[in-house]
Amino acid sequence: MRCSLSLLVPVMLLVAPATGLAQSAQFNVGKPLSQEEIKSFDFMIGPEGQQLPPGQGTAKEGAVVFAKRCEVCHGKEGRNGVLRRLVIGTPGHPHTGTFTEADVAGPSYYPDATIAWDYINRAMPVPKPGSLTHDEVYAVVAFLLYQNGIINEGDVMDAKTLPKVQMPNRDGFVPAKPVYPPEPKPSWW
Amino acid sequence: MDTNPSGRRRFLKQAAALAGVAAGAGAGAEWGARGQSAGSAGKTDNFNPEAEGYDHRELLRRGARMTVDHITYYTPLQDYAGIITPASLHFVQYHASHFPDIDAKQHRLTIHGMVDRPMSFSMDDLKRLPSVSRIHFVECHANGSPMIHNAGNENMGPPVQFIWGMASNSEWTGVPLSVLLNIVGVQKEASWLVYEGADPGKFSHTMPLAKAMDDCIVAYGQNGETVRVEQGYPIRMIVPGWEGPFNVKYLSHIKVVDEPYHTWNESMNHSVIRNDIGGKSRWYHFEWAPKSVITRPSAGMNIRPGYVEITGLAWSGGGKITKVDVSTDGGQSWKEAKLQAPVLTKAQARFNFDWVWDGQECVIQSRCVDENGVVQPSRAELYKDWGIAETDKPARAIHFNAMQPWRVASDGSLHDAMFA
Repeated sequence: MRCSLSLLVPVMLLVAPATGLAQSAQFNVGKPLSQEEIKSFDFMIGPEGQQLPPGQGTAKEGAVVFAKRCEVCHGKEGRNGVLRRLVIGTPGHPHTGTFTEADVAGPSYYPDATIAWDYINRAMPVPKPGSLTHDEVYAVVAFLLYQNGIINEGDVMDAKTLPKVQMPNRDGFVPAKPVYPPEPKPSWW
Repeated sequence: MDTNPSGRRRFLKQAAALAGVAAGAGAGAEWGARGQSAGSAGKTDNFNPEAEGYDHRELLRRGARMTVDHITYYTPLQDYAGIITPASLHFVQYHASHFPDIDAKQHRLTIHGMVDRPMSFSMDDLKRLPSVSRIHFVECHANGSPMIHNAGNENMGPPVQFIWGMASNSEWTGVPLSVLLNIVGVQKEASWLVYEGADPGKFSHTMPLAKAMDDCIVAYGQNGETVRVEQGYPIRMIVPGWEGPFNVKYLSHIKVVDEPYHTWNESMNHSVIRNDIGGKSRWYHFEWAPKSVITRPSAGMNIRPGYVEITGLAWSGGGKITKVDVSTDGGQSWKEAKLQAPVLTKAQARFNFDWVWDGQECVIQSRCVDENGVVQPSRAELYKDWGIAETDKPARAIHFNAMQPWRVASDGSLHDAMFA
């Protein structure tokens, strides 16, 4: 059954574009989106960060933003807050070894530095998600990466430098590059 | 939505009265008020987002667990029969402090990225398209985690509710996702989707295109009514048989891409550290393995010697359940339970088992098999597979599908025996 499904899928994908136009006309629903409109909501950032917008920030700038907008929940410097401990390790000394469930909220655990940017930009801070400027997001991410010992205090984070940050837990995920159907297979597959 | 102040006051009074009635009826009643759909109990349909006087804050009256960034309701599996979870009792595992207040008339679903014709769809557009109604379970990826076995409180119901109640079963109505993807024309280099909800946390997830073209539904209906606010009003993604986080609520944007996006929720919250892979994290689990649980009698209830009907639910992300066995002697011997029609693919099935209890202490449990021949494991088997020490209770164990043993004491009381 699984074999036949995986054989069928490529066929469906080949057929889809050919029938799409006819179906669109047939149903007569939906409104075409302009590139301008797409730009207004297209904020999801992939792991390699090609979608990152212009802007930049450093840990020093981020410390100011963090104290104002983030500290109330996440604690001073991202430690000992009421919610989600964001910092494990210290500047210059990243967390090493395995992780426990208490360690996973902050960027030390993330496989890609871009995850922090994407999530903070779209979902934080809680009372007003999306209210940080792009520069502020770069700065807060730089601050958290610095506090976690992953980058230096003077490192400038922008669309080019952020995706290149070497994340300490990059090899901590199985499978390293997710594929479907899953490989290695879970025991029940 | 709420322009008539006197209507609103009347509604609040009625709701308060209903809450009082419900609390009274629940005390000492075997089939408690937890098992009653609040929306059907009175004249005001206070759980229907399109009804006059609707106020989703009424949900706060329902027993639940809440924190600053989480709202959780557990389905009272012990209190209903058949296979359909009433919409008002469908579990909620929500990753923000409050539900969004979305105007369905303004809401748009956009599909863009690697497509020939990026488009936006209004609710009116979606309801003009071919629809399907199918019965499927939705289950939180962490349902049944070992740590939850001693985490109960009075708001969370009896053990079968708070341990296994983050699984529910509904008839979902909506547009097949494949219809929408065919309209916009997916380009041949595309292989994944990443999609986002309009909740404050912008819940996002990645899905392989093969699944998207297979059986997913952009759902606007649940059990014959509009999808409720806490379930993703006005639309949510339904990804049959796959772990809960794929079923993004308040669906607003779908982007067709050529790689998984590792969004915050899926990489941080939905990966799990496992000993069998050297303390690394397993992620991208996709579908659920077969699972079953005896819902009645279960921990917190009492039985009498003589005839006892054992009943429960079985389901699998891999397809249909083909067999459920019940043991009343701690797993030493097994007898086949009756599977009640309909038994549907990627849906909960009801099983029943006639039993005569002799008044002796014993342990009852169920195990199921799905159409792929996969057998539900015992906790010992699962622990061995995942490299978990026998004495360990990991905080989260995503995809935990071990059999649930209930111990029957000689006085007829039932207790959770998963770790006893």
